[in-house]
Amino acid sequence: MDKVYPSVDEAVADIPDGASIAISGFFTAGTPIPLIKALAKQGAKDLTIICMQMGPGNEDINELVINKQVKKAICNYPFYRSASRGADSPAEQAVRAGELEMEVYPMGTFSEKLRAAGAGIAAFYTPTGVGTVVETGKEKKTFDGREYLLELALKPDYAFVYAYKGDSMGNLTCHMTARNYNPEVAAAGRITIAAVENLVKTGELEGDMVHIPGVYVQRVVKVERPEYFPSID
Amino acid sequence: MEKVAKKFKGLSRELMALRVANELEDGTYVNLGIGIPTLVSDWIEGRDITLQAELGMLNTGPLASQEEVEQDLINASCQPVTELPGSCYFSENESFAMIRGGYMDVAVLGALQVSEKGDLAGWQNPGRGLPDDIGNIGGSMDLAVGARKVIIAMMHVTNDGQYKIVKECSYPLTAKGVVTLIVTDLSVIEVTPKGLVLQEVAAGLTAEDIQSVTEPKLIISPDLMEMQF
Repeated sequence: MDKVYPSVDEAVADIPDGASIAISGFFTAGTPIPLIKALAKQGAKDLTIICMQMGPGNEDINELVINKQVKKAICNYPFYRSASRGADSPAEQAVRAGELEMEVYPMGTFSEKLRAAGAGIAAFYTPTGVGTVVETGKEKKTFDGREYLLELALKPDYAFVYAYKGDSMGNLTCHMTARNYNPEVAAAGRITIAAVENLVKTGELEGDMVHIPGVYVQRVVKVERPEYFPSID
Repeated sequence: MEKVAKKFKGLSRELMALRVANELEDGTYVNLGIGIPTLVSDWIEGRDITLQAELGMLNTGPLASQEEVEQDLINASCQPVTELPGSCYFSENESFAMIRGGYMDVAVLGALQVSEKGDLAGWQNPGRGLPDDIGNIGGSMDLAVGARKVIIAMMHVTNDGQYKIVKECSYPLTAKGVVTLIVTDLSVIEVTPKGLVLQEVAAGLTAEDIQSVTEPKLIISPDLMEMQF
């Protein structure tokens, strides 16, 4: 099974207007920057972007906002920490102007919504968010004397992930804290596209070192390791 | 309102972090939030305390030097860090499974407000002008409900002299009734079912001084002492 695409442009070419796309990455770590850039170039509109943040550490996503490609963003830490930096952020400006819809979930709920989607679970109860604005409009249920909120699975049409190493079957190995959301994002996507730094032939990846089994990955594309200094300031 | 912020000279952020570090017990798993809590890591080197970074790492080491920077190895504040013997990595989903699952002995978090009932408000300042359900929740809500003990490290009052220790939080809540201890630049306050108990004051300050910058009525511990380091 060979899932290798010749370029990031070809890997994202069929994404239609109105698609939902989950994008991995915790600030700078494990963020599939080449796929985000390719999506900006491709130009699909009315997108729903499911991603931890809209700018801090993944500044290339601003391009999608500036191009007005994003209709809605689903995040857990969408903005810059500093209010002054946020005032200049395209996503924060778009939310203030009512041009970008946004839903924010607690980080653990966000990742569990993706995990559930990839695991065939429709919804789950979590204690996180009880007694806060997060519980608005959600079913609450008490188990063993403790209150929980019902949260629904979140299944994106496409998923962008990043791996340090991968083979042509789509088996992926992540590196250190760049793993973060990649496994659950990969499993959640109907079509998962992996940007891989070190693409090897099938058989060259040690089976015990696979963090994301190839069954979750439909497309693989080789990318250059981006060079940057990790920072959100 | 009186500019209480300038009334007292409090501890540096570093000394606040040291006071929190002294509160941590050996053999525990601890998550440090963004801001002052992150500084706690400077004071526990060599101790038997395992730090968790919620992006998916256990046994997070000290900040990396320029030569040590590895872009795939960061903490939850996006700072390059280092490994320690026994460091391991896992996914976001697993990271929050261990947080909600009760495996974190302590979470040290910053706060905008803490109420006398231990309610925590820390993820959204209404002054920023965003809708009240939009802001940087991040991992704070999961940590607040999942950790066995929640220690708050924050300045005692806001920069413009407003109370941060309040009767009722007016800012959006992170979680209800979760805070167990508050360490500020001026004092150490324990949250108990009876109310807030003032345990320690910074050098040169009195219980009356702390009460004057704290909205709810404080219970003065019979063992009230000066903050020790």
